[in-house]
Amino acid sequence: MSAVAVERPSWGRFPRQAAARVLALHWRGEPLPAAAPMLPRGCGSSYGDTCLNEGGTLLDTARLDRLMAFDRTSGVVRCEAGVTLEQLLDVIVPAGWFLPVTPGTRRVTVGGALANDVHGKNHHRAGSFGAHVRALGLARSDGSHRECSLDSHPELFAATVGGLGLTGLVTWAEFGLRRIESSFLDVETIRFHGVDEFLELSRESAERFEHAVAWVDATSRGRAFARGLFMRANHAQQGGLAPRARERRLSIPFDFPAFALSRVPVQAFNTLHFRAARTGATRDHLEPFFYPLDAIGHWNRMYGRRGFVQHQCVVPMAPARDAVNALLRAITATGEASFLSVLKVFGDRPSPGMLSFPRPGVTLALDFPMRGARTLALLERLDAIVMDAGGAIYPAKDARMSRETFRRSFPRLQEFVPHVDAAFSSSFWRRVHG
Amino acid sequence: MAEAPRIAIFGATSAIAQAVARPYAARGARFFLVARDANKLDAVHADLLARGAAQSATRAVDLARTELHAGLVDAAADALAGIDVALIAHGVLPDQAQCQQSFEDARRAIAVNFTSAASLAHELVNRFEKRGEGTVVAIGSVAGDRGRQSNYVYGAAKGALALYLQGVRHRLHGTGVRVITVKPGFVDTPMTAAFPKGPLWASPDRVARDIVRAIDRGESREIYAPGFWRAVMAIIRAVPERLFVRTKL
Repeated sequence: MSAVAVERPSWGRFPRQAAARVLALHWRGEPLPAAAPMLPRGCGSSYGDTCLNEGGTLLDTARLDRLMAFDRTSGVVRCEAGVTLEQLLDVIVPAGWFLPVTPGTRRVTVGGALANDVHGKNHHRAGSFGAHVRALGLARSDGSHRECSLDSHPELFAATVGGLGLTGLVTWAEFGLRRIESSFLDVETIRFHGVDEFLELSRESAERFEHAVAWVDATSRGRAFARGLFMRANHAQQGGLAPRARERRLSIPFDFPAFALSRVPVQAFNTLHFRAARTGATRDHLEPFFYPLDAIGHWNRMYGRRGFVQHQCVVPMAPARDAVNALLRAITATGEASFLSVLKVFGDRPSPGMLSFPRPGVTLALDFPMRGARTLALLERLDAIVMDAGGAIYPAKDARMSRETFRRSFPRLQEFVPHVDAAFSSSFWRRVHG
Repeated sequence: MAEAPRIAIFGATSAIAQAVARPYAARGARFFLVARDANKLDAVHADLLARGAAQSATRAVDLARTELHAGLVDAAADALAGIDVALIAHGVLPDQAQCQQSFEDARRAIAVNFTSAASLAHELVNRFEKRGEGTVVAIGSVAGDRGRQSNYVYGAAKGALALYLQGVRHRLHGTGVRVITVKPGFVDTPMTAAFPKGPLWASPDRVARDIVRAIDRGESREIYAPGFWRAVMAIIRAVPERLFVRTKL
């Protein structure tokens, strides 16, 4: 274990906070260091401050990257928590398996996927990542190393899935994979106008398509309001099992100036993206479908040095139409522009996680260049709309929600709190609870 | 080199050894793994099998015990039905200041970093020589290229190992036996955990990539990993001693 203090920003690069030390972990059986307050840290791909621990210790899990077992017949994998989805895909895809649930980037660790109970484009069918976790290893500051599952320490298991790394160090996890015949998908892209059309497309796609997601133009007004592109897909039967697409990798070499993603260029981009989109049926490799932004290294630099903030909410189905319209109107009423705005209908498969974010309803993900008070004021207005609709805000993308919003977003919070390890904390946790 | 070679690894739990083994595991290689700590060894063994290794056997042994080496190499050859590649990757980074206080610390570091590694190389190449094939890869260090006040005990042992292997390479030239001396620069591993890291530091995966390429191409020579260290060390070796002694390197 080693102590090297460096600032490790989150993906959104707001807020900027330094940990007192970063300790690299090398073996899963090692005792935890005595360095409270500690926070496990994987790739740091959370957007806000759930992966920050100002003045505390980050436990770097990058070297806990061993597979422990992979049954190529049953598709069950057990691996250490620092294995990234990218590393895992390189092993499982050629063997004819895919992740049961994947977020929009491969640059996350298994431990991070578990701690944030991440979701993907198949939530309407498969639920969240945590719904597929069969067991996990948990090291706590009392010196214990426990195996947790629905049968063994079930409450600690439920607290740890979606538990934001606060219940101890997840050392390993075991989960079931999904069989695939090919690493390609049959994708259909459809233009829509308005939230009603989006909801109708989601309804009619739920049965027939394993993956469904929509990009929505959050800068559009008037007749174009809430236009977007609906993408739905099933795994293809042919195409081979190459884990990587042969695409040239781009990288953003430096921070863009602040105006790069201000309203006018984003509006122009969105209009172009909407009009020029290739609609209809295509066969695409899983890489551009699931991980479009992984092809652009350091894309967070597009938002300039001040970073950006994400806002992802979920609202129940009944008020969803009105709430999503209200959210989009609240954005266009200001000078702010959300560049990457995503709409998706969540399904009703439950997660074991006490602090799990996904729940039945409609989720809307937005991102804004951080411009200080006016950006924060807009996000407050968005929170109010979500709270009125009985919805929730996603911690993995948050850097600023209030304690009250957090409390109302997670009705099982009081059940969760006793399971927090006293030696573990995060900037996020101190902000919304501590 | 065969697509799925038979590989014996001494010091299999070292970060560089693990990183070298993984791409071979994905190709279905067979392994004989030796290290001191049985739990860590099991973790590496399971990892390689899950990644596609066709076979893996382990032996928990303290490699400082050179009297066990002949039997160990025989056991590896038996388990694998012949060794294509042997990687000698164990080592310790001694505390230079303590070595200056007590030569016992220096003796221990030299025993592990030089004597033990040379003894294994000896057992391996003599068997390979009879067959007329086989590759020995040993991890040296750029620290062995010039004596420096900050870590000359480690450097002396690694430098001696490089000289020993250079001699073996000379002796076996033209026999089909290959000897690769790897000289990594700064590598971010548990061994160097206490050091602050900068732009000269490389990951074990980066170093392993160069090692795997050298093995696969059938090379028999000294390699620096990453390659820029060849130029850096050429400069450091070229500095006249009367100037060098005034530096803090």
